[in-house]
Amino acid sequence: MTMRDLQQEFDDGVAETEERRQGRFARAWSAFAQDRAALVSLIFLAVVALLAVFADFVSPHDPFEAERMMRNKPPLTEGYLLGSDSNGRDILTRLFYGGRISLLVGFLPTFLATLISLLLGLLAGYFRGWIDQVIMRILDAFFAVPLVLLAIAIAGVLQPGVVTEIIAITVVLIPYISRIVRTSTLGVTAQPYIEAARAGGAGHGAIILRYVLPNMISPVIVYATTLVGLMIVVGSGLSFLGLGAQPPAADWGTMVSDGRVVMTKAPHATIFPGLVIVLVALAFNFLGDGLRDALDPKAGMRRPKA
Amino acid sequence: MSNSDVILEVEDLRTHFRLKSGTLKAVDGISFTLRAGRTLCIVGESGSGKTVTSLSIMRLIDPPGRIVEGRVSYRGQDLLGLDEAAMEKIRGDRLAMIFQDPMTSLNPSFRIGDQIAEGMMAHQGLNREEARRQTLELMARVGIPQPDARFRDYPHQFSGGMRQRVLIAGAIACDPDILIADEPTTALDVTIQAQILRLLRSIQTALGSALILVTHDLGVVAAMADDVMVMYAGKVVEYGDVKTIFAEPRHPYTQGLLSSLVRLDDTRESPLRPIPGLPPDLARLPEGCSFRARCPVAVAACGQHYPALRPLQETHEVACHLVAEADAEVRA
Repeated sequence: MTMRDLQQEFDDGVAETEERRQGRFARAWSAFAQDRAALVSLIFLAVVALLAVFADFVSPHDPFEAERMMRNKPPLTEGYLLGSDSNGRDILTRLFYGGRISLLVGFLPTFLATLISLLLGLLAGYFRGWIDQVIMRILDAFFAVPLVLLAIAIAGVLQPGVVTEIIAITVVLIPYISRIVRTSTLGVTAQPYIEAARAGGAGHGAIILRYVLPNMISPVIVYATTLVGLMIVVGSGLSFLGLGAQPPAADWGTMVSDGRVVMTKAPHATIFPGLVIVLVALAFNFLGDGLRDALDPKAGMRRPKA
Repeated sequence: MSNSDVILEVEDLRTHFRLKSGTLKAVDGISFTLRAGRTLCIVGESGSGKTVTSLSIMRLIDPPGRIVEGRVSYRGQDLLGLDEAAMEKIRGDRLAMIFQDPMTSLNPSFRIGDQIAEGMMAHQGLNREEARRQTLELMARVGIPQPDARFRDYPHQFSGGMRQRVLIAGAIACDPDILIADEPTTALDVTIQAQILRLLRSIQTALGSALILVTHDLGVVAAMADDVMVMYAGKVVEYGDVKTIFAEPRHPYTQGLLSSLVRLDDTRESPLRPIPGLPPDLARLPEGCSFRARCPVAVAACGQHYPALRPLQETHEVACHLVAEADAEVRA
């Protein structure tokens, strides 16, 4: 037994550390809270989400009311903190309302696609064989079509609108997330504790739910989190093409494209929504990074090096 | 010895792996009998089929591997004929297994106590509270200090030796009739090895269960075995009680294994005595005896057909042409 093992044994046996009494999620949270970028991102996103949800109460103006006299006003104009757009609508107000669509389009399809991908990827990665072949070959076919093109095709078949946009992005995401789920599942399924679980008499269902899922899900959560930011951008792209939110409703992407026309006269009409998209996407990335560290089962264990 | 305490009979078990390079005969026609309270050590080099044998008994062979032939009869019931659901009921309940690497054989996301309790809740229908109480007893029994405090710990908070104790606790939770331990001490420090072996021995005595111990460590064999089965290239080459095997090994491979051990009277200058050569490719076994190429005493007959496993005495069987000949001469 080396000194290190002895030390470990001692630590294991004697130290009644704080983390011992905490649950998995409590420990994950305390690890997460130490990551300042992730914490700030979470707070920022929470504030953005709250503003969007309560847009009716916090908005200084009506989002659709066009004041002919107030076109292209610069920021800090009285009553128009971030200025107004080319139709004379308050940009701050439209950012609040746009957030409803943009956040929904970013979050909901990613969430739905993750659920479906978990099912497909777990089945493919755990059972392998023909199940794997069938699922993955079908998804490969989706892979062959570029993401935006596929979304356009789906949105084109259905009625343009936010619901269509959500369906399209969900379908488009499934092959990507399923891949990650399958790869992660393959790695976990090869672990000796899976064989040990089978030797203990656990059935496939129990093994998938209790042994595979909890050990493979962290990278999927991280990946999905960063995808939310990206999907806000993609959703904006679809709206720009007229396949998403229909005027006069506008998500942040539409606001950018509307502002593009008056870029030289009123750059703020483009810059502010663009900035919000960048900040929100960035925040989701930081959030994903923070989650990755926090979801490691050994989180909070890292002791300072002696 | 009565036949009534026979709890496992393996007959002509063959487990093959179909690979692109050909059929790999990992286990090729082995038979043995296991009695309650006895310890059978399966010995051999890496790739001799020890682990595949134990996984075959548990029916844990995944494609491309397949049990192509044989019977594994547990108390008269052929396990190979059971459906998967029936087998799941037996695994972890009547037949339990302890794995080689305690560092990776526990679910990292679950608390230790829940992992031990899981089997009892599944197999014995205990509720959470009963299972918890029994788990605490088990933890104490396998020598985990402060079971109350450690019940809620995660595997990464345990050292290797402690994790092996957890695995043992999980394996014995349902008082299995047969405990299969696949190199249970290989991944552990030497001092911990002795502790774990002692623990296994005392648990086996208390439960009266049969133990199959897979190992390549002859020191472990000497300390633990009642019977020894020496495997080479998927076949049993010698089988006997531990005293006979150590005192009068008859198969040249067994003799080679024993003489390769470092002896107490060896000096620093004494050369090591390895068995020359490497085990054969299991997908391309030569005609005749698979050990022939490395055998110091091989004769022409060894190249022609594989020697059958022949009884020398009631408790000693050897698969070697030379031994069969010598034996015939003695009898004549």
